[in-house]
Amino acid sequence: MNGIHDMGGMHGMGPIQHENNEPVFHAPWESRVFAIYIATSAWRRWNIDAARHSREVIPPDEYLRMSYYEKWFAGQVELLVKSGLVTAAEIESGVPAPGTAKATPPMTVEKIPTTVANRINARRDVSVAPRFRTGQRVRARNMHPVGHTRLPRYARGKFGTIERDHGVFVFPDTNSQFLGEKPQHVYSVRFTARELWGQQASPQDSVYLDLWDDYLEPA
Amino acid sequence: MTTNRRDFLSAAVTAAGAAVTGDLSHSNQHEHDHEHQAVPSDLTLRVKALESLLVEKGLVDRPALDALIDAYEHKIGPRNGARVIARAWVDPAYKQRLLTDANAAIAELGYGGQQGEHMQVVENSPKVHNLVVCTLCSCYPWSVLGLPPVWYKSAPYRSRSVIDPRGVLREFGLELPEDAEVRVWDSTAELRYLVLPERPAGSEGLSEEALAALVTRDAMVGVAKVMSPPKGVSA
Repeated sequence: MNGIHDMGGMHGMGPIQHENNEPVFHAPWESRVFAIYIATSAWRRWNIDAARHSREVIPPDEYLRMSYYEKWFAGQVELLVKSGLVTAAEIESGVPAPGTAKATPPMTVEKIPTTVANRINARRDVSVAPRFRTGQRVRARNMHPVGHTRLPRYARGKFGTIERDHGVFVFPDTNSQFLGEKPQHVYSVRFTARELWGQQASPQDSVYLDLWDDYLEPA
Repeated sequence: MTTNRRDFLSAAVTAAGAAVTGDLSHSNQHEHDHEHQAVPSDLTLRVKALESLLVEKGLVDRPALDALIDAYEHKIGPRNGARVIARAWVDPAYKQRLLTDANAAIAELGYGGQQGEHMQVVENSPKVHNLVVCTLCSCYPWSVLGLPPVWYKSAPYRSRSVIDPRGVLREFGLELPEDAEVRVWDSTAELRYLVLPERPAGSEGLSEEALAALVTRDAMVGVAKVMSPPKGVSA
């Protein structure tokens, strides 16, 4: 979707605010939101692409106003309700619906070391032919899907070069909507800064994006 | 602005707070009063309410939440990445492995895991400077750097890193020569990037441990260089 989250190349966002000796979390509630997300994801009722999309659909003015973990919290509530793990009525009342059997959490303390080391592998060991080869000139498609996508607006329609084939990965556009993994090759694609931004950019510089087969067409 | 926020939040997020206060209208009023605050003061209550509900339903285990937080506050952080960098500086064979198969090389030091599943290491030199960003969200190599700092996830950094990397670096106090090449890595897929900074002058006699102490998180994201050790520091 052409949302506010896709902000590469925008102006007017102000100076970067670097904090010295920044804590991992700025308040206990932030750490709880983070941990709740990891622990509830262990139910595998959604995937990382759907989770990212749950934050992208926050309306733009809200998105810019909210702090980072506030966005996670808003996305979390949406994921829980949409996945059916929690009902809207339960969110409203704060207590489980009468007669609900108590579940057994999939993530327990004993599992934390393995969870933290756990690989949520987005790579798929399937044989899919690559549509492009290293060194080939390509063009990022001019596409504007209303759902989740990982092709930023600033690269659409631009010409680049395949620098590396990363192998086969789950495709976020379909996976985020639970429409299948559609595994395909992901490439490191180099775009010169001048191709993306014109003559104002340095002739030496470039931006590398990791892009799926479905985002690219032959140049 | 009010309409949008109510539409999106009122059914779910605000109600979670109301469950604690027991009064939805009060909660709405409260939120309205704090419209321009970065974080509504009743967010703590809303998060508590959600956590209690999830624990009661048996969806999450509270000690597991505590253990997760402890892991990311105390065990998984940029010191992990700094050890990887220091090893690469003292061991050319390791550095080669790190650049060709980062996952395996990082695993040699015992690191790996969530948001570090598909690592790529990019090397700085006097001619090439690498900068890592995620313009679309907040992708970051947790396994070697821990959770990202606020500035990395912020709109100013995400918006400008790709269009004006030299301006961003200048804001961090780093002026690059005009003829140097800047490579910006936008983490659009599941690949996660770690910058291998240049080893600073004056660090020749330092032990691997002392070298690791010089390496900062910012240098491994690419917004800083690793500074020379203060005079008098030695192995």
